[in-house]
Amino acid sequence: MTPGDGRTGSAVGRPLRRIDARGKVTGETLFADDLSLPGMLHLKLVRASLPHARILGVETAAARGMEGVRAILTGADFLVPFGILPVSQDEHALCVGKVRFVGDPVAAVVADDELSAEEAAALVEVRYEPLATIASPEEALSTPEPRIHDYGDGGNVHKAVALDFGDVPAALAGADRVFEDLFFYQGNTHLAMEQHATLAYVDPDGLLTIASSTQTPHYLHRAAARVLGLPPARIRVLAPPQGGGFGGKTDPFNHEIVAARAALLTGRPVKIALTREEVFLCHRGRHPVLMRMRTGIDRSGRILGHSVETLLDGGAYGSYGVASTFYTGALETVTYRMDRYRFRGCRTFTNKPPCGPKRGHGTPQPRFGLEVQIDKICEQIGRDPAEWRIENATQPDTLTANWLEIRTTGLVRCLEAVVAASGWRERRGKLGRGRGLGIASSAYMCGAGLPIYFNDMPHSGVQLLLDRGGGVTAFCGSTEVGQGSDNVLALLVAEVLGLLPSDVKVVTGDTSLAPVDLGSYSSRVTLMMGNAAVDAASRARERLAAAAATRLEIPAERVGFGGGKLFDVSDPSRSIVFAQAVQLAEAAGGTVGTTGSYRPPTPKARFKGGGVGPSPAYSYSAAVVEVAVDEATGVVRVVKVWIAHDIGRALNPVAVRGQVEGSVYMGLGEVLMEEQAFCRLPPRLSSALVHRGPSMLDYKSPTSLDMPAVETILVENPEPNGPFGAKEVGQGPLLPIPPAVANAVHDAVGVRVDESPVTPEKVLAALRDPSRRFGPTTFPEVPWPEPVRVAPPWEGKP
Amino acid sequence: MMRLPRFRYLAPRTLPELTAVLADVGPDAALLAGGTDLLPSMKRRQETPAALVGLRTVPELRARSGDAIAGLTLGATTRLCELAGDGAVTGAWPALARAASLVGSPPLRNVGTLGGNLCLDTRCTYWNQTHAWRKSIGFCLKKDGDTCWVAPGSTRCWAVSSSDTAPVLCALGAEVTLASRTGERRIPVPDLFADDGIRHLTKARGEVLAAIHLPSPRPDERSVYLKLRRREAIDFPVLGVAARVRLGSGGVVEAARIFLGGVGSRPQEATAAAAFLLGRRLTDEETVTEAARLAAQVAKPLQNTDFALGWRKGAAREYVGRALRELARPR
Ligand SMILES: Cc1cc2nc3c(=O)[nH]c(=O)nc-3n(C[C@H](O)[C@H](O)[C@H](O)COP(=O)(O)OP(=O)(O)OC[C@H]3O[C@@H](n4cnc5c(N)ncnc54)[C@H](O)[C@@H]3O)c2cc1C
Ligand code: SF4
Repeated sequence: MTPGDGRTGSAVGRPLRRIDARGKVTGETLFADDLSLPGMLHLKLVRASLPHARILGVETAAARGMEGVRAILTGADFLVPFGILPVSQDEHALCVGKVRFVGDPVAAVVADDELSAEEAAALVEVRYEPLATIASPEEALSTPEPRIHDYGDGGNVHKAVALDFGDVPAALAGADRVFEDLFFYQGNTHLAMEQHATLAYVDPDGLLTIASSTQTPHYLHRAAARVLGLPPARIRVLAPPQGGGFGGKTDPFNHEIVAARAALLTGRPVKIALTREEVFLCHRGRHPVLMRMRTGIDRSGRILGHSVETLLDGGAYGSYGVASTFYTGALETVTYRMDRYRFRGCRTFTNKPPCGPKRGHGTPQPRFGLEVQIDKICEQIGRDPAEWRIENATQPDTLTANWLEIRTTGLVRCLEAVVAASGWRERRGKLGRGRGLGIASSAYMCGAGLPIYFNDMPHSGVQLLLDRGGGVTAFCGSTEVGQGSDNVLALLVAEVLGLLPSDVKVVTGDTSLAPVDLGSYSSRVTLMMGNAAVDAASRARERLAAAAATRLEIPAERVGFGGGKLFDVSDPSRSIVFAQAVQLAEAAGGTVGTTGSYRPPTPKARFKGGGVGPSPAYSYSAAVVEVAVDEATGVVRVVKVWIAHDIGRALNPVAVRGQVEGSVYMGLGEVLMEEQAFCRLPPRLSSALVHRGPSMLDYKSPTSLDMPAVETILVENPEPNGPFGAKEVGQGPLLPIPPAVANAVHDAVGVRVDESPVTPEKVLAALRDPSRRFGPTTFPEVPWPEPVRVAPPWEGKP
Repeated sequence: MMRLPRFRYLAPRTLPELTAVLADVGPDAALLAGGTDLLPSMKRRQETPAALVGLRTVPELRARSGDAIAGLTLGATTRLCELAGDGAVTGAWPALARAASLVGSPPLRNVGTLGGNLCLDTRCTYWNQTHAWRKSIGFCLKKDGDTCWVAPGSTRCWAVSSSDTAPVLCALGAEVTLASRTGERRIPVPDLFADDGIRHLTKARGEVLAAIHLPSPRPDERSVYLKLRRREAIDFPVLGVAARVRLGSGGVVEAARIFLGGVGSRPQEATAAAAFLLGRRLTDEETVTEAARLAAQVAKPLQNTDFALGWRKGAAREYVGRALRELARPR
């Protein structure tokens, strides 16, 4: 059946309370760290104190002798490597041979209680031979030896990519004006409230269960089976509800695998709950990215050619890095028409916690550059930046220069909405000294077109069980990380069957009880799990309709669903209750259980590197930000944010607004203060390279008192590929915020801060500098590979 | 999660019992008031006292006497949240109420005490870290190491006095009573502090801070506290400006004291700026600018707090100016 069929109006679009709200509000929800079993042991990791060193020996005798210590593990227990991407299997659960950043786990202690484990861990002595510290991408490029890893694209380059969609140098040569800018986007971390925790135990019948704060139980399942050498069927991964993920729980982690091994070894449940500092060390957050952008326009302002070069500081391991690298270029084309496009991306290894995916995965950085550059272009050519964006917005049902397929787009409507709500036309330039307005827009994917490991199976599966009492249970491997995916699952099934979301029970985040869903990442869940849910529910609906039709003696097409009943649409007084319909269907055809699944359409992009970027749909956002800048101190205060988001269709408008506001909050944190920054001591005295402040006190993220008013506007424009027209909202609305703030600061005081975060120090420095700018000034030589050359759709076939 | 190290807990019931216990258990004991500074430090293993001596069971430390006219004496374990709600304090010493209300966050102010805030350990980005973190920099001079990473050639520790109320109490001319087994002594608040990041209090180990005495303000007196930090809550002061002036007829400054917090190992008094103000008017912009310039000279920040060093110096000048202008504002 095609999505969009079978609407009953019982759930979609209604601001109903989330099905998990009561548990969250009363504190009854059990997060991973709330789980506890009799006889449970506690695990602590011994982490590297040097940023880069060979391991000469690990002395565990003293720790072993401590009271209460049950087991000690080292790298020798974990010789099989793992990693989230098949091309980057470069992690060991405990380091083998060398350590690559301060915090890399070297050994593990299992003891009766957490304090004993911690005390014993302090007695584990690791002997090291220090290696040179590589602290930045520039150092990584200029220091090919020693290599942090012995794979990659040479020296300390992890991955270098080059894609040409048409001849951009020729386009720039023929352009009316060419603009070149350097930008830097600082790294930052997810800062989910819930710190990662794992409980592993072995059932009496030998099934290993790993209950963990993971956004990707399926990938953890695969990695654990591989490293532990167990058949996947002997392992069950549970993902309890989480207190936020944002991409920080999408890799399989050392502590998860070590806990599992320790449970197998001791035969006792083993628990680990990371400290906040350890969460900062797990990281996998936003890559720091240096960017060079060149854009050529014609007299009308149209982009003839756009070139992006990115240099990523990857940290010590691969993680999602290859994908992240491609993402710094992939979505550059989705918002504004550009005739030709050129992308170069390079990710380097450094001796810092690994970077990975954070809300917006690889795209907020180039989005910042692009949106600020467009602001500069508009200023130079005397165009209103809002009008330029409206005029140059990409159109529905078109292909981009890099072969991405845009189906629906609400970009123009989003721009018009924030322009109107903020009074852009009337107020801009009239706010007085130190006040300014900035605008930016953006696009994001609704799930990746391809899975992380190559296979032809669905990306999401849903199984439904309808019981004789009228109960409906939906089983899906999706994970509730706080974003509301359980509610989406219940809501969509309810919508098709004419029930309320609260009538539907969900069983999620369980690799034994539910079919695979690839996980809560890439903004894929509402669209992919949602389509699978509609698919499964539609099949159940057919069976119920047939049974009801027989009883009501009408054709099946005349059976309506709603209010917990099945009725004759031509005479709604003739009806049966839902439970009776299930019983009739069961009597007629056996147990009422159905399945549904979803696989995204085959991408149009058919070239090497074309796997990153395609999506069944793209969401769009636009924001206007008003700031007040204190010219004496450079302090920026955000006064108000107006944001419009093209949601396709809001399945639950309150839940959608929550995601928009959360994204605005996170975007403001990134652009105003957040920094995953490191401290290096004078190299002649020390090789140390440590996180500057791995705590919620020192890592500055805005408090509720720092949060401005936010006006959210939802733009509905149903997307045929989305369930009942819905698109994503989890990540996209973050994207326009950082550049809109930077543009507003320029409008307020006339200076450009071309890097994040836009701190008081930088604003003041720009105010005092004759260039009226603060930002990077050089881009190092990068050994780019031979480009993959693909003509844009209008110049030929891919 | 982070666990507290093992320790013994002692709960004396009277002040004499407390001072006796303190003399007995010696240097391995730490005093526990609200614990909002001490317990996180213990979790990070900056401190690993063998015994904690609780202050909450000692009634003398909660005593409150006097009023705005006679002067007010507050027990050391008066909680910060009580100050903001205390009519006498908000009326007569608004700068103190304001400073207390800006500490950390509501949960911290609900248990954090005024005595604990005065005795707050000095802070440094190389010091307020876990044991594992400090191990990976080879520790520092303040504890377990031999280099100060802020000033590698230095033989002293430059950790920063980060209390919000300390500069205010200094500017207000407050005094404290220190009690020990051998008796009590009363000293002006500035004398409680030493210019040293390690031994930042002049208080002897066997002494407990028992009470804080606020002198009654004269009617022509005004005081102010401004706090600079990155966020509107949680953050420690990167700069605190506390100023008290007495304005004579026509708004001429007859007395002034200015203290800066967050820019040295103790609250720094801006004596030259205060002297310059005498006989001048705060409504005169040139006077304010010059006084701010002079005051900022005593701010000698180092790179061991939030914000870049150079910016903090400029901000000190700007904030002193703002504080003085606020004092000048008609009310
Ligand atoms: C996240 C966070 C943010 C914070 N922000 C701020 C801030 O913005 N501004 C600020 O000023 N502080 C801040 N603090 C520090 C702290 O909360 C306050 O300074 C509080 O007032 C300390 O009081 P307490 O009673 O909790 O002290 P405790 O932790 O109990 O004690 C602190 C120290 O003083 C000693 N001590 C306590 N009472 C006495 C006494 N009567 N005699 C002798 N010694 C004593 C203790 O032995 C200990 O060494 C913050 C703390 C945290 C964790
Ligand atoms: S100022 Fe120097 S000695 Fe003192 S805590 Fe900081 S680094 Fe250590």
